Amino acid sequence: MHDRLHRPLSTVSAGSSVLLRRIRAGQELETRLAALGFVPGAVLAVCRNSCHGPLVVQVKGSRLMLGRGMAEKIAVE
Amino acid sequence: MKKPLIVALAGNPNSGKTTLFNQLTGARQHVGNYPGVTVEKKEGTCLRGNAEFHVVDLPGTYSLTAYSQEERVARNFIIEEKPDVVVDVIDASNLERNLYLAVQLMELGVPVVLAFNMSDVAKARGFQFDLAEMSRLIGAPIVETVGSRGTGLDELVAAAAAAARRPAPPPPAIRYGADLEQAIERLQAKLEGQLPRADARERRWTALKLLENDAEVAGRVASGDVHRLVRAEQERLSALLGDSPEMLIADARYGFISGLCQETVRSTVETRHTASDRIDEIVIHRVWGLPIFLGLMYVVFWLTFTVGTPPMDWIDAAFGWLGVTVSGFWPEGSESLLQSLLVDGVIAGVGGVLIFLPNILLLFLAIAILEDSGYLARAAFIMDRLMHKIGLHGKSFIPMLTGFGCSIPAIMATRTLESRRDRLTTMLVVPLVSCGARLPIYALIIPAFFPEAWRAPMLWIIYVFGIALAILCAKLLRATLFKGESVPFVMELPPYRLPTLKGIWIHMWDRGGAYLKKAGTVILAISVVLWALTSFPKLGSVDESLPAEEQQAAELAHTVAGRIGHALEPLIRPLGFDWRIGTAMIGAFAAKEVFVAQLGIVYSVGEADEESEPLREKLRQNYSPLVGLCIMLFMLISAPCMATIAVTKRESNSWGWALFQLAGLTVLAWLVTFAVYQLGTWLGIGV
Repeated sequence: MHDRLHRPLSTVSAGSSVLLRRIRAGQELETRLAALGFVPGAVLAVCRNSCHGPLVVQVKGSRLMLGRGMAEKIAVE
Repeated sequence: MKKPLIVALAGNPNSGKTTLFNQLTGARQHVGNYPGVTVEKKEGTCLRGNAEFHVVDLPGTYSLTAYSQEERVARNFIIEEKPDVVVDVIDASNLERNLYLAVQLMELGVPVVLAFNMSDVAKARGFQFDLAEMSRLIGAPIVETVGSRGTGLDELVAAAAAAARRPAPPPPAIRYGADLEQAIERLQAKLEGQLPRADARERRWTALKLLENDAEVAGRVASGDVHRLVRAEQERLSALLGDSPEMLIADARYGFISGLCQETVRSTVETRHTASDRIDEIVIHRVWGLPIFLGLMYVVFWLTFTVGTPPMDWIDAAFGWLGVTVSGFWPEGSESLLQSLLVDGVIAGVGGVLIFLPNILLLFLAIAILEDSGYLARAAFIMDRLMHKIGLHGKSFIPMLTGFGCSIPAIMATRTLESRRDRLTTMLVVPLVSCGARLPIYALIIPAFFPEAWRAPMLWIIYVFGIALAILCAKLLRATLFKGESVPFVMELPPYRLPTLKGIWIHMWDRGGAYLKKAGTVILAISVVLWALTSFPKLGSVDESLPAEEQQAAELAHTVAGRIGHALEPLIRPLGFDWRIGTAMIGAFAAKEVFVAQLGIVYSVGEADEESEPLREKLRQNYSPLVGLCIMLFMLISAPCMATIAVTKRESNSWGWALFQLAGLTVLAWLVTFAVYQLGTWLGIGV
């Protein structure tokens, strides 16, 4: 469920920064993402996002490549 | 002598941990596996002054949960083997993310020393650290190092030795918030008496891990009461705070870290675009990314095969000389079995495998450079879209690529894949990518049957057919045996770095050495077995009036291999093959390229290689071009060589998968070749 303020990370265009709100991706993945710095309130800078294929996101000082399916499960504002 | 201190090196991937390990231990390294898993265990000895340290390089991890094999191995090593001190290697230019692991290590309650590695890069980026204050807040000594230049190593070793002598400091004062703390306290109380010999700190750690849903820790706690309380607390927390407990715990750790950084790190310059960003703008560009990648791959292959050719010739000549020399120990006419075993079995067999060593080392050298520089992660990014279509992700591409050189290192390269499903799928289809050893077969067959103009396209068709089959099989496996969503893909894109010579060298030899070891053990043994198969039983009397080649052929037909070939004939007749091809195929099981030499013996043309015109003449007389194509197809798809099976067994940790690969590919080869041969015959093409 996404209200007006929360939208999936996959829709954020390259060059903009957003705040992570919540992740709904199952326990295992959430833990992995959390270890990499994807925690609520973290600033995510989207470096690359074309309409398909993975995204490149900067979080806590490092660049990560993120599958599109995963980016859909991350709500940001 | 005093027992050497055990130092465990922990750290994030790309933190420069391996470089530091290489600097500390030099050539005194030993690579093995952790028992039961395929995670590499690297150990080494470090001598400083008159002190000796035993250094264990733990797998690179971001965290210490029990989700990945690497993390479990790292954590269990620390808990069970109790190293005297853990050195956490931290990329100082990427502090927050790297400190996450440090905080978890501190929570484990072992003496920890933080190595602020790549401190030169951090300074160049304008970071200033108040190390004394940071060290006080986090509760562990901090040493600045530059792994690539070896600075700060003496200080690091001294700090580690000092920390090992002191009792572990209290864990960093992370407050998980009132609600979580309440849950931790309740659990801690419940755990009292449940864990033998556990102090308050260990109970707190266990409580935290239980709330994080750590299956391994949960398995150690027997009491159902505790588990019920864990579930109740988890539900309470989720309802209260809207996030899962593991997320809340991670959030609190990161909160502690950012508080710490706020007080102790100053950034003097605002750097928005680093050199890495600028390179990435071109290298992973939407349009240019793919051509650049393909161009680089072309260069890698071109180098592998052109630069590799002269040393291959030397090795070939050296083994030829060795064979002749060893033969010379026996005077003319007194040839014995031992001589035949040494020359035809051992020297020819091992030589046939070692000849690919230059190719393989060069390919690994290129891959090591691409990996250490940070490009390989980008290649995975570029290939992800394509690989996704076949249900694998970008990282699977690297093993597939390596497969063009040799399946053995390719299967070893699947270690970079986290999910077992992805790993097994990639491992099982890798042999369909035409490896270097299959080239001699194509090089023999194609000119024998196809006109000049058709030769290059034919070779291309065979390679592409193999790739297409690999894709198809991967899709099929993902849809059946390894069903399920493909593992979502997160991967760090490390900043570009100039690889160090030492690092590349060690990387290359690590993998090349594995290939050498194989040649020295498995392949040596197989060579001997095959030699026996093609030598026994001996023909009682040979018709002396026949030419020497014919005598040889008659002898081979009489041997076990010849008999197996005959026995196989009814099975392979529908594919257009006769017993001679069957016999040669048995040789190909040891190493694909042996097929050519075996065929030479069966056709009694004496010494044969892929340039042998007499052999091609024989093939033309006996088979149609359609059969030629079928031979190539069968050799492409069928049973991978024995060494490949052995590696699949080792890497998958099961004979089941190795045998499945063997049987599956052989059946597939039979079906495809059968279809092609029957269809071709029916249509009257190439008969």
